[in-house]
Amino acid sequence: MQVNEYKPLIVAFCCNWCSYAGADLAGNNRLNYPADVKIIRVPCSCRVNPMFILRAFQRGADGVILCGCHPGDCHYTSGNYYTRRRMALLFSMLDYLGIEKERTRVEWVSAAEGAKFAETMNDFAKTVAALGENKRLEDLRCKK
Amino acid sequence: MRKISLKKIDSLFSAIAENSVLYMPVDTKTGAKFEQWENGKELSDSLNTVRSAKDFFFPQTENLMDFKVEGKKIEVIDSRSETEDFVVFGVRACDVKSFDVLDKVFLAEPQDSYYKNRREHGVIMSLACTKPNETCFCTTFRIDAAEPAGDVVCYKTDDAFYMDAKTEKGKKLLSALEGITEAADDTAVTEQQKLTRERMSKLPLASLKADAFGNGKTKEFFDRPEWKELSESCLGCGTCTFVCPTCQCYDIKDFNTGHGVKRFRCWDSCMYSDFTKMSAGQPRLTQLERFRQRFMHKLVYFPTNNDGMFSCVGCGRCLAKCPIQMNIVKVMKKLGGNSNG
Amino acid sequence: MQEIKREVLVNKASELLKNGTVDRVFGWKKGEFDYDITPALFTTAEDIENEFVWGDFCGANFSKYLIKETGKSENKVLVFLKPCDTYSFNQLLTEHRFDREKVYAVGVPCNGMLDTGKIKSSAEGISKVTDNGDKVVIETLFDGEITLDRNELLPDRCLNCKSKKHVAYDELLGEDGAVLDSNRFDEVEKLEKMTPDERFAFWQNELSRCIRCNACRDVCPACTCEKCVFDNPNSGVENKAATNEFEEKMFHIIRAFHVAGRCTDCGECSRVCPQHIPLHLLNRKFIKDIDSFYGEYQAGAEVGSRAPIVNYTTEDIEPGDAVRRNENA
Repeated sequence: MQVNEYKPLIVAFCCNWCSYAGADLAGNNRLNYPADVKIIRVPCSCRVNPMFILRAFQRGADGVILCGCHPGDCHYTSGNYYTRRRMALLFSMLDYLGIEKERTRVEWVSAAEGAKFAETMNDFAKTVAALGENKRLEDLRCKK
Repeated sequence: MRKISLKKIDSLFSAIAENSVLYMPVDTKTGAKFEQWENGKELSDSLNTVRSAKDFFFPQTENLMDFKVEGKKIEVIDSRSETEDFVVFGVRACDVKSFDVLDKVFLAEPQDSYYKNRREHGVIMSLACTKPNETCFCTTFRIDAAEPAGDVVCYKTDDAFYMDAKTEKGKKLLSALEGITEAADDTAVTEQQKLTRERMSKLPLASLKADAFGNGKTKEFFDRPEWKELSESCLGCGTCTFVCPTCQCYDIKDFNTGHGVKRFRCWDSCMYSDFTKMSAGQPRLTQLERFRQRFMHKLVYFPTNNDGMFSCVGCGRCLAKCPIQMNIVKVMKKLGGNSNG
Repeated sequence: MQEIKREVLVNKASELLKNGTVDRVFGWKKGEFDYDITPALFTTAEDIENEFVWGDFCGANFSKYLIKETGKSENKVLVFLKPCDTYSFNQLLTEHRFDREKVYAVGVPCNGMLDTGKIKSSAEGISKVTDNGDKVVIETLFDGEITLDRNELLPDRCLNCKSKKHVAYDELLGEDGAVLDSNRFDEVEKLEKMTPDERFAFWQNELSRCIRCNACRDVCPACTCEKCVFDNPNSGVENKAATNEFEEKMFHIIRAFHVAGRCTDCGECSRVCPQHIPLHLLNRKFIKDIDSFYGEYQAGAEVGSRAPIVNYTTEDIEPGDAVRRNENA
């Protein structure tokens, strides 16, 4: 009997100006990263409010990663600085509620960093796979 | 009437639990709560539970049906689960009376089959009160705390539990327990009832009367200026409606699961800004109107539509829980005039 | 027992009504029992004389009521503010939620308010509550009376009072106090030291009692959105009841997050929760994190201060490090 390897579902919020282009570059360079990473393009990492992260988990994500321009390089000057504060507080709160802290991550990926994008996603997928399915922030109604 | 020694109370519970799921009030650090009985759980001594007993028949959320969507095909899936036999032990007189109120709503045609199934599968073992609280005012609605209704009525004295079956369901349950209970007369019970009634008459709210309200009084109370003052500080939260044993408004909603739809109903509160909101808008725009709705419903509209039955049972939960301490007693005293001393 | 007497407040209110400074007065109105005191709006000196109360159960914070009330009239309304209320008052001013010119604020010292929940869990059938300073005598209908230490009956927000200082007022009754060294983060630290599994179990248990009455949100002086996402059918997350554990957590995470940096830690959320969920522990976690990540910040301490969550420096802590920091704490 063949055992299906568990593949986590990962939602990656990518800023339009840097990380989304970084993902594009990773594709152009034929770099491998898991197909279970679902990218959602956002105008700026700052567009992502805490509800987005929670809703991704509700709808079945096992891990959520948020990628934006490097601090200092935001297309809108300061968006990612706000992101950094918000996510620091949100992730700390999720950890406080006992939700595995490895399931959430923020990574700064520029448009030139195709390799970093692929690497980040591979590493994140590996980390989340080791944790197994998201049980603590799941909504059973959304399970197939 | 049957009785069992208090020392053997666990054997009574385990005998009941053998045939059906048994729920009863147990103490938690945040107040008494109905929980499923299992070995080691003790019956709470509290007068009443924080949440009412209506959850057993009308849970806060309940899935009605599922829809599976595939392409242009929609399949309706029956996901009902309200077919389990259960016994609720330790329901107080006020809460038992609240089931009558709920019955008027859910068992009127067209009957609510979810509610009806639960009612049919549930057996109520009520428990007479012995020590009422300062917030109790069930006597206002002619409820006798010492003699509750229910399938089986129980009385707890210092050393024993007395049980008296009042319905077919109750008789069936009691006869199954004959092995561990013994026949008894009602001397001890009568004695205790006398004491309880005496205590009831001494309660701070004992003189509260509902006579000013009731059937057909809509015009008399609807435009009273006092509503403004009464509703002034209302926060518009749903605490009073959610701890209330008789509040029965609900909303039906669809939840999109991503691969189908779950249709569920959940309690709604007339205190909420989107209560009974329709495509044409919201019929009650201000908190005053929403506040008035709640009390008019309990004291006037409900009796008007249900042969004078008030939809308040005087359990006192809203008195204990309202964040700003506004409640039906204050409303009745303000609007009901001098008869309410 | 409150050091300042009821008469002082009543006289002040009557005086300000009579000399025309204000034409409405926010105050606490007596109820059926000693403890069920309702926030109310008084308009005549006579009503104030008869029904105004000041004592151990005047916990309600009037700041939020000012938003609605100041919009109704050009005249001033009188509000009595306890020290913790003044922080909410300032925070609302910072957010331009009401017109300062339409309010006459009178600061009143506070010796801590009693927790009705704690009183009710120590006695049944309460007929009278008398506070003698250190001791509180609770008389009951059928069980005689019990005497308890006053400290045992204080809610957490008063036991760990952060400040006896009024940060906003037009006039102050009595003496002003000082900002205190409280132990308000002790409980948060205790939770942080638990394992994630223990923390998860703790919150699962606490939040499972939530009945989604929204009292915590509706009473909160920082929650002043005209339409909450959870009430808005078009938001996609509207929910009138938590249908499962996920929705319980979502509501409480978002509620606390939305007031992060704006929450003054007044403790009203925990006071009003009918299920005694320690909601302040969520808010205090954010306050503690903000203090340790971005420097100490007390919302409402001064009007116009910029909350850390709408501010940044180029050297801020990375989210990953923020979470790892908890681990090493």
